Amino acid sequence: MNTNMAVCIAVIAKENYPLYIRSVPTQNELKFHYTVHTSLDVVEEKISAVGKALGDQRELYLGLLYPTEDYKVYGYVTNSKVKFVIVVDSSNTSLRDNEIRSMFRKLHNSFTDVMCNPFHNPGDTIQSKAFDGIVSGMMVQTA
Amino acid sequence: MESLTLSDVEQKYYSDLFVYCDTDNTKKVASNGRVLDLFRAAQLPSEVVLQITELCGATRLGHFGRSQFYIALKLIAIAQSGLPLRVESLNSVKDLPLPRFVVGKNEAEARHAALYQDPDSQGLYPAPGTAVIPRPPGRGHQNKKGHPSSTSLPVHEVIQPLATTIESQPEPTSPVVSPHQSPPTSPHSWRKHKRQHSGGNAERQPVVAATGAVWTQFREPQTGPVAGDGMWPSHSPPLPGQESWVSFTADTPPSSTLPAMHPSSVQESTTIRTVASAATTNEIQRQSSTYDDPWKITDEQRQYYINQFKTIQPDLTGFIPGSAAKEFFTKSKLPILELSHIWELSDFDKDGALTLDEFCAAFHLVVARKNGYDLPEKLPESLMPKLIDLDDSAEVPEQTADVGYSASPVEVTPNKSPSMPSLNQAWPEMNQSNEQWETFSERSSSSQTLTQFDSNIAPADPDTAIVHPVPIRMTPSKIHMQEMELKRTGSDHNHPTSPLLAKPPELSEEAKLPASMKFVAANTVGDGYSSSDSFTSDQEPITRQRSQSGTSPEALKVVAPPPPPPRPHPSHSRSSSLDMNRTFAATSATGQPQPSTIAYPPAVPPRPLPTQTSVPLTGHRVEAESIPGGGAVLTTTSPQQIPQQPNFADFSQFQAFAASEQPSSLPEVDKHIEPGQGDKPSEGAGPLRTVKSDGQADERPSATVNSGAKGSSGPLAPPPKPVRRRLKSEDELRPEDEQHGPQKSNVIAAVLATQPSIPRSVGKDKKAIQASIRRNKETNTVLARLNSELQQQLKDLLEERISLEVQLEQLRPFSHL
Repeated sequence: MNTNMAVCIAVIAKENYPLYIRSVPTQNELKFHYTVHTSLDVVEEKISAVGKALGDQRELYLGLLYPTEDYKVYGYVTNSKVKFVIVVDSSNTSLRDNEIRSMFRKLHNSFTDVMCNPFHNPGDTIQSKAFDGIVSGMMVQTA
Repeated sequence: MESLTLSDVEQKYYSDLFVYCDTDNTKKVASNGRVLDLFRAAQLPSEVVLQITELCGATRLGHFGRSQFYIALKLIAIAQSGLPLRVESLNSVKDLPLPRFVVGKNEAEARHAALYQDPDSQGLYPAPGTAVIPRPPGRGHQNKKGHPSSTSLPVHEVIQPLATTIESQPEPTSPVVSPHQSPPTSPHSWRKHKRQHSGGNAERQPVVAATGAVWTQFREPQTGPVAGDGMWPSHSPPLPGQESWVSFTADTPPSSTLPAMHPSSVQESTTIRTVASAATTNEIQRQSSTYDDPWKITDEQRQYYINQFKTIQPDLTGFIPGSAAKEFFTKSKLPILELSHIWELSDFDKDGALTLDEFCAAFHLVVARKNGYDLPEKLPESLMPKLIDLDDSAEVPEQTADVGYSASPVEVTPNKSPSMPSLNQAWPEMNQSNEQWETFSERSSSSQTLTQFDSNIAPADPDTAIVHPVPIRMTPSKIHMQEMELKRTGSDHNHPTSPLLAKPPELSEEAKLPASMKFVAANTVGDGYSSSDSFTSDQEPITRQRSQSGTSPEALKVVAPPPPPPRPHPSHSRSSSLDMNRTFAATSATGQPQPSTIAYPPAVPPRPLPTQTSVPLTGHRVEAESIPGGGAVLTTTSPQQIPQQPNFADFSQFQAFAASEQPSSLPEVDKHIEPGQGDKPSEGAGPLRTVKSDGQADERPSATVNSGAKGSSGPLAPPPKPVRRRLKSEDELRPEDEQHGPQKSNVIAAVLATQPSIPRSVGKDKKAIQASIRRNKETNTVLARLNSELQQQLKDLLEERISLEVQLEQLRPFSHL
């Protein structure tokens, strides 16, 4: 699988503060932080829109939140309202939807592993090496 | 000097010590300073030291030659073992434990000393406050035995009561004191020492032996069998002092020497209650362990871990919940981050609980970390629990195999799966491998996601949505007529003709389509009156409309529930047919008294009538009037025609009305909207009716009648009429093919039947034709205007509807909250 995928990956807690955010360091990280922050509004909108089915039917994968000319932002929300946001480069057109979904799936699994760790308090920033490893595997490989 | 016979172990040890003392590197003489320090490290009373030096002859010589040194060491050993210092004892004492030196400036020395401390220096140890029982000499025998049975735990428990004393002792000497640590070490260290290069390691063996002995002794009391029970308490003080166990209690500073796999780790676990740590022990063990897989757990260690596990979870096949484990390991004083990492490594199945094997691995890692080893990025193989279901062996048998405990994990871990205690059961899906879990979630999520995603996509991108070939019979005219009706009636009349109802979604969607299309269609339909071009043009818009409705319904359907049909489509076709009927009726009414064909429904649209009547043609005035009227009627009636079959039979009304209808055609247009009347008048027009029937299934019988009427009015009907009829039939045919195939055939037959009469009328009524053409054109313009107005109305209504829907959507979440 092509590891050259995401430019920025973020995990946002239910209360909309970041639990984990990592960007490709070569670029202006603040820009990505901003992007992720603004994408939260779209996520909220999608959550409430899909809310008619009430949870069970609710899709975890939110899909493309919004595209900009530089990159595209995808969202995913868990049942506990923890949001995952992936920012990918627009030029990376080879990314298909299923690939994004699988990335989110991996993130979710890794996140669950972190949560299972009794030494991790929910609400703390994620400081798991395993999680970092997974995320690194999905980030754009900087030379 | 007496001849000194030293055992190999002793020889090695002594030579090592000599080397240590040989600061001048003379290989022959040990510097006095070092020697004295060493002797001090032996923790013997000074007079004893003096005595020793005297005995060994150093005093005589003034320095410590090798032999003197050796003798001195042996004497120290003797003294430490509590034996009287006598030269004779040098050789007489068998199995004398190696001398121990507590304060080691030299790691090795310290290690050795520590190793030897337990058994030997027990009596000499200042054990403040605690009862130090002098070790019986018999201990010496045990020293060199590697007792297979290793219960690492006893060490710690032994240490327990001596915590206080030990603390005082070990602390100053902790870095130095060699590990007398866990029993587990001993057999291992034995083995390991053997592997070690001779050199300086020679001492290790005795050290190990001593340790082993000590440990054994400790074990024995614990395990039950034999040995000097009395011994172990005495051992305990030195043990903790020498051990570099990581203490989990609050007061003991963690020692950080060896990752000391084994004894240190074991001890560390016990340190929950106890103390102190002898770094040297760890060091030795570390050195020893480096020759093996550093992450292997020795038997003793494992046993110790198991015992610790038992304290938390008596069932060895059970699990330790995460919280309990967290508490337990927090005592180790490692930073939470590291504990978190250890947990990640050791919780192999990611279930939030630790099996015995996972617990051992975690413990081992904690010990390692405590001793300064860095945590691995991945779980070492020897620590990896096997997920295979093997025998349910509740306890890990003591395996003296030097190989890591791969077997035991297998034995232990599998217990987890079959005997899933509550913890694991709470995580059924997680018990599978991660891959399985991922697969599972992948499967479920993907299926869900795919399904829902598609549905989400559809409304968002209607253009790309699959366009179902929805059979939309909508013709522009129909829509137009419906709109007209809407406009006229201002409210929803019951146009609940079944086919119309069947098309409400389509209608609505089509209504949402660009009105221009409909306009075009409607106009073309209207134009069809005047020329046959409308035929084709009708086809186009109809097709277009169909396709559009094909897409839009899909998208729209997905988005919102089908709104109530704005207007039944067939009505529009009806409209066209109405026009035709009107024309036909006008023609027939003016031309011939045709009872059946007189189609002057009271609902004739007034608009066309006046315009048409303005261009009256004798024969066609009625026609003209009837046409528009009929057209209007058609539009209004078409939606209603279906349920109003009886209307078709009501020719008389048409006739009567037709006769009087002309001037009031305009107002009649309004009346058109009235469903009942609309139908009736339209029925009056044979062609109208036929057309209507085309549009509506129910009107088949009337179609025949109409066809008959058509036939009769054939000569009267100018070309446009038949053309219109044809058009209408075509219109109707096209959209209604699915529904009214058989009916259409009737209509078609009717149309065809009328056609032959056209040439006749053409020849006769050229002027009439022209007049009718003009009339029709006027009608067209009027209708077009009407159409545009209706379209505008429709747009407004649609906008309203959309806004309402949006509001509904916004409110919907609240309903769920």
